[in-house]
Amino acid sequence: MSLLNKHGIIERNATLLFVGSLVVVSIGGIVEITPLFYLENTIEKVEGMRPYSPLELAGRDIYIREGCYTCHSQMIRPFRDEVERYGHYSLAAESMYDHPFQWGSKRTGPDLARVGNRYSNEWHVDHLIEPRSVVPESIMPSYAFLATTPLKVANVTAHLQANRAVGVPYTDDMIANAQADLLAQADPEADTSGLEERYPKVRIGDFDGDPAVVTEMDALVSYLQMLGTLVDFSTYDEASGYR
Amino acid sequence: MKYAFETIAVGIGAFLALLGVAFAKDDQFQAHMWVLFIVLLAGTVLLLRRLNFSPVTAQTADDKSGYFDEVVRYGIIATTIWGIVGFLVGVIVAFQLAYPDLNIEPWFNFGRTRPLHTSAVVFAFGGNALIATSLYVVQRTSRARLFGGDLAWFVFWGYQLFIVMAATGYLLGITQSREYAEPEWYVDIWLTLVWVAYLVVFMGTIVRRKEPHIYVANWFYLAFIITIAMLHIVNNLAVPVSFLGSKSYSLFSGVQDALTQWWYGHNAVGFFLTAGFLGMMYYFIPKQANRPVYSYRLSIIHFWSLIFLYIWAGPHHLHYTALPDWAQTLGMVFSIMLWMPSWGGMINGLMTLSGAWDKIRTDPIIRMMVIAVAFYGMSTFEGPMMSIKAVNSLSHYTDWTIGHVHSGALGWVGMITFGAVYYLVPKLWNRPRLYSMRLVNWHFWLATLGIVVYAAVLWVAGIQQGLMWREYDDQGFLVFSFAESVAAMFPYYLLRAIGGLMYLAGGIIMGWNVLMTILGHERDEVPIPGSEPVLQPAE
Repeated sequence: MSLLNKHGIIERNATLLFVGSLVVVSIGGIVEITPLFYLENTIEKVEGMRPYSPLELAGRDIYIREGCYTCHSQMIRPFRDEVERYGHYSLAAESMYDHPFQWGSKRTGPDLARVGNRYSNEWHVDHLIEPRSVVPESIMPSYAFLATTPLKVANVTAHLQANRAVGVPYTDDMIANAQADLLAQADPEADTSGLEERYPKVRIGDFDGDPAVVTEMDALVSYLQMLGTLVDFSTYDEASGYR
Repeated sequence: MKYAFETIAVGIGAFLALLGVAFAKDDQFQAHMWVLFIVLLAGTVLLLRRLNFSPVTAQTADDKSGYFDEVVRYGIIATTIWGIVGFLVGVIVAFQLAYPDLNIEPWFNFGRTRPLHTSAVVFAFGGNALIATSLYVVQRTSRARLFGGDLAWFVFWGYQLFIVMAATGYLLGITQSREYAEPEWYVDIWLTLVWVAYLVVFMGTIVRRKEPHIYVANWFYLAFIITIAMLHIVNNLAVPVSFLGSKSYSLFSGVQDALTQWWYGHNAVGFFLTAGFLGMMYYFIPKQANRPVYSYRLSIIHFWSLIFLYIWAGPHHLHYTALPDWAQTLGMVFSIMLWMPSWGGMINGLMTLSGAWDKIRTDPIIRMMVIAVAFYGMSTFEGPMMSIKAVNSLSHYTDWTIGHVHSGALGWVGMITFGAVYYLVPKLWNRPRLYSMRLVNWHFWLATLGIVVYAAVLWVAGIQQGLMWREYDDQGFLVFSFAESVAAMFPYYLLRAIGGLMYLAGGIIMGWNVLMTILGHERDEVPIPGSEPVLQPAE
């Protein structure tokens, strides 16, 4: 095998070995990842998708902070049992505003891609405070501190701006009203017409049962309650595969 | 004046951390900067105590060998300590899954302790092992002293700082939620600096080598350093909310972000936990067995095919997701092809023992290395099998994956590292032998049985989970609620924690053995049968 004998050239030249290794390890990633930024089915827009409302975004940040993704996926695969258990399989477009994605890799707990509107706010609050009070078999940790921790709202505008910087289409209007929208979503008494116009289908109300203060519990429950609710699958036709 | 620059730099760093505390935009960042300030302040004090105001004199060779080994000694101690810490946190998180009341909110909930465990074992234990052994191996095989002088110290201490910042960050809730890349943007930038310095030290040493050929172990170490740099930078591209805050938003979203993350995630396994440790295999097994590498040509094929194929395998973490089908299939095909170079490497490692097979019986260190390569072969068969879409539809999202990772991590990465540590400690501290070979034997059996319990239990657990989720009755209804599948896991989670406990016990025994060897003790014990030549009676 004369080719292998020529390997001595690379072995004697550190630069060749360096460049050769770098080129060889670059190819796979370039071929697999780059097309995803151009292909129709990975960048298509689906009706109903909108950026997260400020309160939902704050809740999502708490979801990330607490490492919920270590036990919960948000990616329903197209299998009969998963679709029956969790709902319509997940579309790429449904995580198009997710910086970062939260598909997860492990189901120590159930998938949460479509958990929104499945349970009441009260159920979520009880479950987060003492999981085994509503699901005896649960091994989830308690998150009671969320109900007593006031949500930091001062910075929310900067969070929306950072999201815009990475490509989420937050409008100037959304950014200007970020803080007001956040407070209004958790306040049943507030005028929410602007909020509902900016964020269609947004769920409004006092999520944690304590209207006096916006807590981290409010934010997290508002996020959980919107998961998977934006795209309307009721018009989906099983036979044709079209909506 | 020695250490003057270092002292000033660390002191300034401490001051900047204090400014970070003062102007922090969020509570997490403020707490994290307090941690940084305290660590750097302690560093400054320690450096001040070592400050030497006498004029610079001719450098006294710190090693008679002419090699820069002090940093390797520190690295081996760090490997041992971080290993025990990482295994301990692993046992704790395992018990948290069996007994959820062991979660202590908010700082010690599973969602925060799990990344602490994975980072502690992968980056603190594995990373220190890789840095220490690579700096040892590259000097020996190049017959050259480390390039860059004290830069190697920057690599070592900078890397420990990265570990401390990453670990404390997780407990404070600072995370990007990217598995095995959880640290936030400022810690990532720091790691990039440290990693580039590491590359300079390693590459510089190769360039100044006195051997014409670059030894095969160094190919693997070099590919590991280059690839990790590439993966780390691309996967952590993000825009921070504020330069005085901990939170950032990743540059990519959704499906693009998912594949970027698993391109990183799988190659953190492929290059951090495989290529780097193969470098270890190619040096320490021939050394300990006192035999040359089995096949030079096989090592060439092994190297290039492994590093080329591994990069493609990421999509198998995203089977049946919203990732396009062609990408999933491509990932599957390359994952299956990867089986071949992996087993080529395994054969090259095992066959190096040709003519020295009796040492498995008489030398517990060789036995450790051999079982490491055997577990490497087993998990690199299991991995391609699980990447087949039909198998993956059952195994994905279950504990089978966790079991697979651990048979690779505990069996391959852990065991080859233990072997290298046992080989290195007497050499680095100039001891005639280890404190005790019998304790190595205890470590070997505790670790091996621990892995067997762990992996076997999670096979059963994972397959049962997967089958329960898809079980239909004859009326066409799902049989089990999700909660029932959680309840069914209890005995497995408990047994798995016990397997982990055995592995931890082995790690503690290693810590004791290493400590006593460094202190210069030799345990008075009966030698392992056969390890010393038996005198034939005269006839």
